[in-house]
Amino acid sequence: MPIRFFLTAPFFLFATALVVGFRGEELYASRFSPAALAATHLVTLGFMAMTMLGAMSQILPVLAGVPLPRPRLVAALVHAPMTVGTAALASGFLWSAPLLLKAGAVLLGFAFGVFLTAVAIGLARAPTRAATGAGLALAAISLAVTVALGLDLGAMRGWGLPLSNLAARDLHPAWGLLGWTGLLVAVVGFHVVPMFQMTPAYPPAMQRWLAPAVFALLAAWSVVRWRDPSHDMSVWLSGVLAAVWLVFALTTLALQAKRRRTRADATLLLWRLGMASAAVALACWVASALGVGDGLEVAVGILALVGFAVSVIAGMLHKIVPFLAWFHLRAALPAGRRVPHMGLLLPDAPQRRFARVQFAAVLLLLAAASAPAWIAPFAAAALGLAAALLAWNLVTALRAFRRAQQA
Amino acid sequence: MTTISGFMTDDHRACDGLYAEAEAAVARDAWDDAAARCAAFARALERHFTWEEETLFPAFEARTGMTEGPTVMMRMEHAEMRDLAAAMQAAIEARAQDEFFGAGETLVVLMQQHNMKEEQILYPLIDRSLGGEADDFLARLASPA
Repeated sequence: MPIRFFLTAPFFLFATALVVGFRGEELYASRFSPAALAATHLVTLGFMAMTMLGAMSQILPVLAGVPLPRPRLVAALVHAPMTVGTAALASGFLWSAPLLLKAGAVLLGFAFGVFLTAVAIGLARAPTRAATGAGLALAAISLAVTVALGLDLGAMRGWGLPLSNLAARDLHPAWGLLGWTGLLVAVVGFHVVPMFQMTPAYPPAMQRWLAPAVFALLAAWSVVRWRDPSHDMSVWLSGVLAAVWLVFALTTLALQAKRRRTRADATLLLWRLGMASAAVALACWVASALGVGDGLEVAVGILALVGFAVSVIAGMLHKIVPFLAWFHLRAALPAGRRVPHMGLLLPDAPQRRFARVQFAAVLLLLAAASAPAWIAPFAAAALGLAAALLAWNLVTALRAFRRAQQA
Repeated sequence: MTTISGFMTDDHRACDGLYAEAEAAVARDAWDDAAARCAAFARALERHFTWEEETLFPAFEARTGMTEGPTVMMRMEHAEMRDLAAAMQAAIEARAQDEFFGAGETLVVLMQQHNMKEEQILYPLIDRSLGGEADDFLARLASPA
């Protein structure tokens, strides 16, 4: 069921590459340029939210011990409006078309509304009130805040309504990245990093307090920004918030260095790229809050979205998709029939090829900031190739699945 | 006080360690070493499954009446992990590195999500229903069958 979300995601990454390729100079000029807004929403909604929402139907049962209610219905009600809504919103930005922006806002508001309702019902039924459930709940609330702020901004651009507060332009990405994305990756990471790479566990205090601390800091920072954006407290709070996330990123890298499995597979390489990108993005974010270094905002976006989120998510997809394929074959094939294992469904070499191209894409996207007219086309080509390789890898696993099913 | 879930969780980690050693030996092309380590891993895995299937699960099912519950799924996954461990051992005999890594990766992902379901859901239920006699059960598990 989540497969349709996972297969849709690479197409939006490819669309992002097209925007970088054709509107590169404009994109690098400002994070509020139409091309930059289109590209960020293609990545955050089309790639990140698409995969994260799809994965939630797997995450909730395993981490919180509850199924997502009515998973088929929820998937159907979320996937189509997400896909069409993201395409409409991004086109609306690109060609400054209010009608498309309105359509995108309505469709996306509906999709997230359905998803968040389902998650709330699921979590309310969770048998244990463990730290994991609380972390997932705080991630979901952060998503709700992100969506609400996004609709506020959408009302301005689409309907011409006055913006409730200028700070919304900074709070919207902060809640989306430091709240929803960061918390979901951390809560999942607390489990998957030690499990699959066989590292020592994250410190118990971090597992317990990271999510509440991040949430409280984000809330405090938001209140300060909302009331007085130039207040000193706002810089202090963003510094502490960045420091908390930096500790998480560095802890992850340190744990991975102590892993008991010695082989470095593509997923591990992608996680390392992701955590290193996150650390640099946080440093740039604080620097730009302090007013040091001009034009760092675009670099923050590239590192946080492509360097961190796309790498980490793609790394997990390369495990999740072949495993789900294997798991369903095991259930579908009669006993005694040989089931092809993950290595036969999706071999190692193409996974590594994707990881290398993704790494190159991140470097080229960053380099393009210095000379967009020259380098952006190459960055776009690398990102487009990464998207194509990811799609190819996922389709390879699915084709192997179908062959085994029919054989 | 040692709980059943604490004891069984520790054993999960011990099995993880044995797997990692076998995998590292295959990665080094140290095939004889790999065969020994993979056999040690398979024995530890089998011992853990036996504890569950012959002692803990029947006692839990008898106490709670949950004979159609989580233990059914756990037993099915044990069978799948036994198959994958056998495939890993066959790959070592055939000196087929990619085959070993493919089967091994599948076993790791299956085993980890299986362990997580046990540690998060089933073991706490077992502690709740059998916890009063934890020492008794742990003594039975520790004694050579």
